[in-house]
Amino acid sequence: MSHIGTSPAAPPSLYAAHRKVHPRAVNGPVRRFKWAVLMTLLGLYYIVPWLRWDRGPGAPDQAVLVDMGHGRLYFFWIELWPQEVYFLTGILVLAAIGLFAVTSLFGRVWCGFTCPQTVWTDLFMWVERAIQGDRNARIKLDAQPMSGRKAALKGATHAAWLAIAAATGGAWIMYFNDAPTVTLDILTGDATAKVYFFFGLFALTTYVLAGFAREQVCTYMCPWPRFQAAMLDNESLVVSYRGWRGEPRGKLKAEGVGDCVDCGACVHVCPTGIDIRDGQQLECIGCGLCVDACNDVMKKLDRPQGLIAFETLANIAASEAATRGMTPCKARLDAGMAVRHVPKMIRPRTILYSAVLGAVALVMLGAFMLRDMHTLAVLRDRAPLYVTLSDGAIRNAYTLKLANKTREIEGYALVLDGLPGARLVAQSAQADAAGHPLLTTRPDGLTEWRVLVTAPSGAVLPQSMPVTFRLLDGAGRQVLSTSSVFLSPGGRP
Amino acid sequence: MPTKIEKDAITGTDTTGHEWDGLKELNTPLPTWWLYTFYACCVFALVWVVLYPAIPVQGWTGITGWTARGAINGEMETARARTEPMLARLRSATPEQIAANPELRAYAIAGGRAVFANNCAACHGAGGQGARGGYPSLADDEWIWGGDLGAIHRTITHGIRNHDSDEARVSMMPRFGVDGVLTRAQITDVAEQVLALGNRSTDAAMAARGAPLYAENCASCHGERGEGNTDVGAPNLSDRVWLHASDRAGIAAYIANPQMGVMPAFAQRLDPALVNMLAVYVHSLGGGR
Ligand code: SF4
Ligand code: SF4
Repeated sequence: MSHIGTSPAAPPSLYAAHRKVHPRAVNGPVRRFKWAVLMTLLGLYYIVPWLRWDRGPGAPDQAVLVDMGHGRLYFFWIELWPQEVYFLTGILVLAAIGLFAVTSLFGRVWCGFTCPQTVWTDLFMWVERAIQGDRNARIKLDAQPMSGRKAALKGATHAAWLAIAAATGGAWIMYFNDAPTVTLDILTGDATAKVYFFFGLFALTTYVLAGFAREQVCTYMCPWPRFQAAMLDNESLVVSYRGWRGEPRGKLKAEGVGDCVDCGACVHVCPTGIDIRDGQQLECIGCGLCVDACNDVMKKLDRPQGLIAFETLANIAASEAATRGMTPCKARLDAGMAVRHVPKMIRPRTILYSAVLGAVALVMLGAFMLRDMHTLAVLRDRAPLYVTLSDGAIRNAYTLKLANKTREIEGYALVLDGLPGARLVAQSAQADAAGHPLLTTRPDGLTEWRVLVTAPSGAVLPQSMPVTFRLLDGAGRQVLSTSSVFLSPGGRP
Repeated sequence: MPTKIEKDAITGTDTTGHEWDGLKELNTPLPTWWLYTFYACCVFALVWVVLYPAIPVQGWTGITGWTARGAINGEMETARARTEPMLARLRSATPEQIAANPELRAYAIAGGRAVFANNCAACHGAGGQGARGGYPSLADDEWIWGGDLGAIHRTITHGIRNHDSDEARVSMMPRFGVDGVLTRAQITDVAEQVLALGNRSTDAAMAARGAPLYAENCASCHGERGEGNTDVGAPNLSDRVWLHASDRAGIAAYIANPQMGVMPAFAQRLDPALVNMLAVYVHSLGGGR
């Protein structure tokens, strides 16, 4: 008989409690590059909605705008209609394949440098550091009981975070509304509930994700780290610890130890709080800050740079093999570095990713260049299917819809093929000199006409007859056409 | 009841003391957030009961006095207020003025389509396609009571052969057979003559016998050559549009015992703006003159 009460030691918990990470400031080339990327990306995000682009009267003058109300997407000189949303899909496909390609070459550079989660977290950490001090000061502050000073520092930090979060939510809204107008509306309380909702939603998610969730987003929430390993191989440049050179680690003065002095700098600067010396791990976002931190230490100790470096796993393995059994000394370092090879950029997977990337890009570009600035659609009247007129002639009615994506007013003559002698009348349209209905389109819009087609009286018609509507420009060239059928009771004059 | 509460080693939770075949039930308390959500729901429910008619007893209206009927009336009121400025313009314009103004015309056709579907389509069919047996098609170019905007408007306003409006059109066709005006043979002859008006006669002798009877009894309304008369609602008999059966037997049956159509006076049911919209819509179906 088994008793719960007498079972042996309890199994390990499946729940990992959150450890707060207190990353230390670091300086170096990677960090400087990271600041530059951060400033560029944030600058783009906040400034782009304010760029203006003149599209003529009646059209929004915002360079980048998603106009939900009118179903238009504006990007500088490009204007997309809702039915062309597949271009966006194409851009997402390109982004995904591009991500695969970059990852196979350089590891998680997306995660480490450009991902919004990383960028905003970095910014929030900078604020935190500016107000509360660096790692040790923050650890001490967190351990202290609440005091006036602690409350002031924490309060100031959260206030600054909330301000950034509000600016983030505000900028998001501007991509969907005219930026100056919506900014004024938000400030004066005149914006719609929808605007406030999305403003609040993006402000709140920014505040929570960059202020609190941070590395947990990367470790637990984001799907990308789960399958990025499939894009990496031995020739990808990833942040690696050269264990063959660093081990056995030991204090600076100790005998027979490698280059790693176990100072912990790499761990202290890591925004996800891990130890790169444990090898490749899911939590490592590839930000390279530990590279800067360790190089700093090596410089102070007057040892060669690159104990932690962007290095391929193939090179690490080669160096390891070459130095096996050697004791830590200059010769070991030289032997290890000598067997490295330049990372192979051209590999089957990078060729494949580039090929697919190029193919999709070409298809998208082709589709974009060839996209129709006008589309013509026809809807047959279903009730009645046909009308018998007093002279026995059969009449069908159609609705023609002409979408004009340009900003020009255009006129086309409408002709019908397939029904000789038919009379065409477009309601509320003039006729041209030859008697064809003249369809004049609205600029940047959809125009509809009800078109009545009457077969000549006495014509013997099949029950269903294919017909084609054609639009001719001033020179008589066909611009658009669409087909439908002409129905009649059939077989009777 | 167990005398001593046992602790489960794995979860560290107390057991309830209930045991089945060695399986013990844990006494897991509700998570705190859950408990407080529950309390919050209770408070919400209490507030709700006070504010809204939440208890199914007569007279419990809640202090807000909210009712579903009131809510829908409020929405209708809002919708009416929104459309009223346009309706006011449509009310004060004539159908001709509406048809000539692109903005009013577009509104009238879109709105008229809905009004037509609610009020007219039951008899005249969707899109005004009509049906044999007395429901005229409104999409063709044959009009019994006139097909210009004014005539269509008048027909919709006052209707036909109803008791609602003094101005309803009332003219009737005599029951030539039932009332014994013509004999059965004469009626068949007249029917053949009617076919002849549309060049469909197959029996010249019969039509010749029917011709004087037609001239005497029918031509005053339907016209000498069967061209019809919209003033009295006498349909054109020489064309290809037929409200009832178009063969000789069918025509003869109708002459013997006509089935006259009836239409309500819609001025008494609909806002004048809607009547104007209907007139413009019907006129646009394809046959308007
Ligand atoms: S281990 Fe290094 S590269 Fe990876 S996240 Fe930490 S600091 Fe960045
Ligand atoms: S920073 Fe460099 S020397 Fe210091 S512990 Fe990390 S790997 Fe070793």
